[in-house]
Amino acid sequence: MSDMDEMDDGSGIVKKFMFLNRKAPHGTVYALEGLEVVLITAAFDQDVSMVFTDDGVYQLMKGIDSKGIEVKDFSKTYRALEGYDIEKLYVDQKSMDARGLTEEDLIVDVTVLSVDEMANLMAEQDVVISF
Amino acid sequence: MLHIVNKSATERGALESCLAMATKGSAVLLIEDAVYAVTNGSTAAAKIQAAAADLKIYALGPDLAARGMAGRVLDGVNVVDYGGFVDLVAEHSNCQSWL
Amino acid sequence: MQFGILINEGPYTHQASDSAFLFARTAIEKGHTVPRVFFYHDGVNNSNRLATPPQDDRNVSARWSKLAAEHGVDLVVCVAAAQRRGITDDVLAPGFRISGLGQLVEMGIQYDRLVTFGD
Repeated sequence: MSDMDEMDDGSGIVKKFMFLNRKAPHGTVYALEGLEVVLITAAFDQDVSMVFTDDGVYQLMKGIDSKGIEVKDFSKTYRALEGYDIEKLYVDQKSMDARGLTEEDLIVDVTVLSVDEMANLMAEQDVVISF
Repeated sequence: MLHIVNKSATERGALESCLAMATKGSAVLLIEDAVYAVTNGSTAAAKIQAAAADLKIYALGPDLAARGMAGRVLDGVNVVDYGGFVDLVAEHSNCQSWL
Repeated sequence: MQFGILINEGPYTHQASDSAFLFARTAIEKGHTVPRVFFYHDGVNNSNRLATPPQDDRNVSARWSKLAAEHGVDLVVCVAAAQRRGITDDVLAPGFRISGLGQLVEMGIQYDRLVTFGD
């Protein structure tokens, strides 16, 4: 987006923004529209973390193919986040284990946290946006 | 941190996830259908009472009343009105909604 | 203190918009300001002036308009979410405007608190 450079709010304030993703993709719109917020936030030079917990970890699955349900496949967008300097992607081990997933199942590199580590990460945020 | 939960614990896992992730000393406010969790006999009652050791548990009074639950609140749960809800958000430097 | 509010759900189907409205109104009564409310996902449907709910129940979009008129609350509807759901300028109730997601990010940066109401 060519107008992204002008979107900085000009205040110089940098806050810790956390985007909380707890829902699976496609059954609801939150994964897709949540991602759209994160992409816009990239233009504002904030300290952004994306947290995937509970069913949110399913958003990052490899091998997503939405042709059969005739819904736009946005899964590759997670790989584009790095190009927007959104590099802090976290999942928790407990959510992964509960769903039989490992890091090898995911489409992007993530940092895997324990429940306590994720709890502490959440506690230190300035702004948490939930979808 | 103030954690806000709005869905029933018997409908969705949000409350359970919240209680697992809320750090000691945090506040948890239950609104909308989540308030059922803090009533006598609810499936979440034991979890709530255990959590109350480390967390401050609040429930929104108008939502309890709207569900006929005002007289069934567990001991140790603080019932607040919308003014109290606003105060909780103001008093905590950050807040997080578990949807 | 400045409170920002994010509403993720539409009127009536979910309690989110009601909870958010009561929170906003109470915050203002207590002397805080609510400079902006951002409507995302199905929350954009709160802005529809064509809604005609029964007379004996609350009119969700109208009472947001009234809060905006009385207290200067900026009611912003996300353009991308609005386009998906057929919310255009001509159906907006008074006080609502369509704008970009940057308006939400600004709330997080500039305000003291940002509260999400959703499903």
